[in-house]
This record gives sequence, C-alpha cells and structure tokens, in this order.
Amino acid sequence: MRNRGGTLIGAAAILGSIIIFIIPFAFILITALKDKQQASLRDFSWPTSFHFWSNLVEVVKARDYMLITALVNSTILTVASVTLLVVLGAMVGFVMQRRPSVWTGVANFLVLAGLIMPPAVVPTIWTLQGLGLFKTLHGMILIEVAYGLAFSVLLFRAFVSTIPREIDEAAIIDGAGPLDLFFRIILPLLKPVIITVIVVQSVAIFNDFTNPLYYLPGKQNVTVQLTLYNFQSMFDTSYNLLFMNILIITIPPLIVFLFFNRQIVVGMTAGAVKG
Amino acid sequence: MTSLAASPAIGADRVRRRAVRTVYPNWFYLPAAVIYAVLFLFPTVASLFFSLTRWTLSEATFIGLDNFRQFFREPFLIQGLVNTLIYAVVTSGLKVVLGLLLGVLLTSEIIARDYLRSVVFFPVLVSTVGVGITFTVLMHPTGGLINQSLAAIGIEGPGWLTDPRFALLSVALVDVWKGVGLATVIYIAGIVSIPRDYYEAALIDGAGALQRFWNVTLPLARPATVTVVILSLIGGLRSFDLIWSMTRGGPGFTSDVIASVIYKQYQAGFYGLSTAGNVVLFVLVALMVVPLSAVLNRREVAR
Repeated sequence: MRNRGGTLIGAAAILGSIIIFIIPFAFILITALKDKQQASLRDFSWPTSFHFWSNLVEVVKARDYMLITALVNSTILTVASVTLLVVLGAMVGFVMQRRPSVWTGVANFLVLAGLIMPPAVVPTIWTLQGLGLFKTLHGMILIEVAYGLAFSVLLFRAFVSTIPREIDEAAIIDGAGPLDLFFRIILPLLKPVIITVIVVQSVAIFNDFTNPLYYLPGKQNVTVQLTLYNFQSMFDTSYNLLFMNILIITIPPLIVFLFFNRQIVVGMTAGAVKG
Repeated sequence: MTSLAASPAIGADRVRRRAVRTVYPNWFYLPAAVIYAVLFLFPTVASLFFSLTRWTLSEATFIGLDNFRQFFREPFLIQGLVNTLIYAVVTSGLKVVLGLLLGVLLTSEIIARDYLRSVVFFPVLVSTVGVGITFTVLMHPTGGLINQSLAAIGIEGPGWLTDPRFALLSVALVDVWKGVGLATVIYIAGIVSIPRDYYEAALIDGAGALQRFWNVTLPLARPATVTVVILSLIGGLRSFDLIWSMTRGGPGFTSDVIASVIYKQYQAGFYGLSTAGNVVLFVLVALMVVPLSAVLNRREVAR
C-alpha cells in the first residue's frame, strides 16, 4: 500500500516537474533550433526545419565574434579567481582553525560581514580607478576573490577541523616548515572540500552578471553574461539566436552538474547549515 | 576546538606551543586580508562618507544628509525601498514553504526520486540572465507560452510583466522557480539528519502522517528553516540581476528595488545618491538579518 502511494504521488510529481521545470528548458532548446520566422511566434511547437548549425554560427559571428571573446574572458576570470579563492581561502581557514588568537575573532566577524553585506558599488569603482584596475580583467578577478573569500574560508575552516592535529605534529617533528606543512601535507588532505569550493565558486563566477556589469564595462571586456544581456536588445526579433546563446551558456553549468552534483549540494548545504 | 580537548602528552604539549607560533603563521591571513580590505572593506567604509556628498568620482562636495532626504522623499525611491521588502519577504516565504514541502516529498519513498531532486535543483546553477530572458518570453501577455496555455483552457492570463500590479510578483515567482532547489536541498539535508527513532516513537504513539510532519519534522528541521530564511532574505534584499533582465524596474518604477535604483542612479551619474542607496541597502540588510538570525539561533539553543 505504501508503495502504491509512493508511485501515485511520484507520478503526480513527475508530471508537475515536467510542466514547471522541463518545459522552460525544452522551450529554450527548441527555440534555439528554429528559423527566425518560426521562433518569432514564441510558441511551444516542434521546429518545422532544424537550424542548429546556422543559428550557432550566426550567434558566434555576431558583433565580431563577441561570444568567443566573452567565452575566453569568462574562462580566464573563472579559472584565475577560483584558483586564488582556493589557495588564499585554504590558508586563512587553516590558520583560523589551528591557531586561536585575536585574529580569529576578527576574521570570524569579517567572514560573517562578507557573507551578509552587499558591496558598495560606486566607491569600489572609485577604488579600482585609483589602483588602475577599473575595466581590467585583473581588477575583476580580484573583485571576485574579495567577494567570494568569506564563503571559501567558511568551508575550509570547517573542513580543517576534521583533520587531526597529530598529522601536523608528525610533520613538525620531521622538520617541516609552515609552507611545507601547508602546501605538501594539509592542502592535499583538503581535496574533497577543494573540489566543492571549485565547483560552487566556478558556477557562481561564471554566472555572475552584476559585478562585471559594474566593474568590467567596455567591448573588449565582455563576459558571457554581459554578452547575453547585450544580445537581449540586439536580437529583439531573432529569438532563435537569443535562445541559442542561452543554450550555449547553459552547457557549462550542465556539465558541472552532471559530474559534480553531489559536491555542489554538499557545499551549498554544508556552508549554509553551518552559518 | 574539538582537538584541544584531546588529552595531550607533556612532550606533545611543548611541541604544540612552539608549533602554534611557527607553523601556523599569521601572515597566512595576509594575502586574503589585503584583497578583502582593499576591495571590500575600504569601499564599504568610504561609502559612508561619499553617501554624504555630491560626487563626480574626481570631486566630492559635502552636502550632509541631502541624499538620504531625497531617498526618502522621492516617491519612486520610496517605492524601491518598499518593493525590496515585498520582494524579499515573498521570495523567502515561498522558498521556505515550497522548499519544506519538496524536502519532505523528496525524502519520502516515491518513484523517480533522484530525477526529481535533480530537476528541482538544476535551475539553481543556470545563468540568472538566461532564466530572466526565457521567462520574459514565456510571460509575454499575448504571445507567451503561459498565457497561450491558459487561453487554451479558457483563462485569460494577466500581463505578467506589463501590468504594474503583477510585475514585481511575477519576477519574484521566477526567483522562487530558480531558487527553490537550494532551499529544497537544505531541507533534505536537515530532514535526513533527523534520527529515525523520533518517527518510530511517533508511529507507536499512533501519530498520523500529518502529525508526524507537524510534531517531528517541522520542529527538528528548524536549523534548515533558519538557514533558508536567512539565505533567501539576504538574496532577496540584494536581488538585482533577475529584475534587471526581466523588467528593468518597470513598468514605470513598479518593480524597482534598491539594487536597481543604485544601478540607475549610477548610470545617470548621481554617484553620491547611488552610494546613499547602497548605504540604505546595507542598513536594511543588517537591520533585518542580524536580529533575525540572533533570535532564530537563540531559540534553537534554548530548545
């Protein structure tokens, strides 16, 4: 009886999930395959003819291959920021957990502030200008690091507490210095949480729209999210191209999701439940 | 903290004291601290000053509280403030209710559980701008799929994004669509961690499914609720990209929120006013989130 109830409710849930979650994604997919005329009807119908390749080429070529520039920029931005977030976040989380001091309290407070407080936009632009980093990818990378640090530190600190101190002591007795200890012994042990941080932060930074909008304006600097935003007005009448663009930038998160679903969920819930 | 409680041998203790100083160096804080201080803390502190000025980025004239006065006098700025609160409360309320229900559903024994978990969670990872554009098309008053479907069953759908009464709430619904997966996985983690014994005891006492939900799941999933409320309130108060990609704050100013006001004032070159908006936003966030998390967490300890 319990099983039949489960089947019935499950079937209803599947139906609901198709209407609510699958159809919007299916809509993106089929609209991206249509020709311009059929796409402009905005209906949920099977494409009369398939234009995957020509739509793809046209989107990629638009505005002087803007999408390629954007993909390169977004990749650099994501990889560089996430690398820094892992190394710097792990260093802080490690010392915070291992050496209680005045700084631990300060750091705790700053982590909390970083998680809660919205950044002050215009003063940040002003600061970036003063440093010569405004409208540069370097500046943008450092911004993503500054905004993502709190979450990274939170995850690393929690994980470091599960590594026994005896490991540190053994290394110290063997004459390891701080850098040896951290980079050769602790960092490899942090692998599970490193994967979590990489996955969660890459998705966040790759999808970030607001910060590049403010700190990285200009044609040379576009990221994929900014490109999509620009195309929204440009492809006003070419829904097939607009949705092809959405399809393209949905693929990286989809791949991450397929391979790292568990790590993402662990990261997002662990970081959250702790807070 | 936990490892300090372990009983140390005397030799190990000496090693430990020396170790703390030399192998856990404070300069490990430094690189992160510099980036954080320069690009987050400093601008935040500076915003307190610049919000009191008329500012061109190269020159700032002190004008006292004029920006704030303007913020609370201009009707469209006040509307932005009110909308922010509505948006945050509606989205986090719905995320709690739906997240909890989905969490219960997706921890029960139903078919296709893994598929359902995946499909509910996936939108969390998708580009917000992409979601915004997609739903703008789906919500088109005449040509959109939603209203076409409603028309097929004889209902005349509203102008989701074009009717001033619905625009903000429509965006909030899309926000929930995209974000409920996160609330759900947090609830799933919370519900799974409830010991089975409680349910068994409730069963022996003859509690029905509803009673078990009400008297066991709900109180014991409280930490998850606290997390979902706080996370979605913070997210809702700061929300910008979805609103901007769907309505640009329109029609009129009916779906403007503080974050979109900040952007509009910035674009218009009113940097002082924009920064004042920022200060208003973080006062609002602090006023709502800090006391709330204190209250919610305290009750949890008292339990």
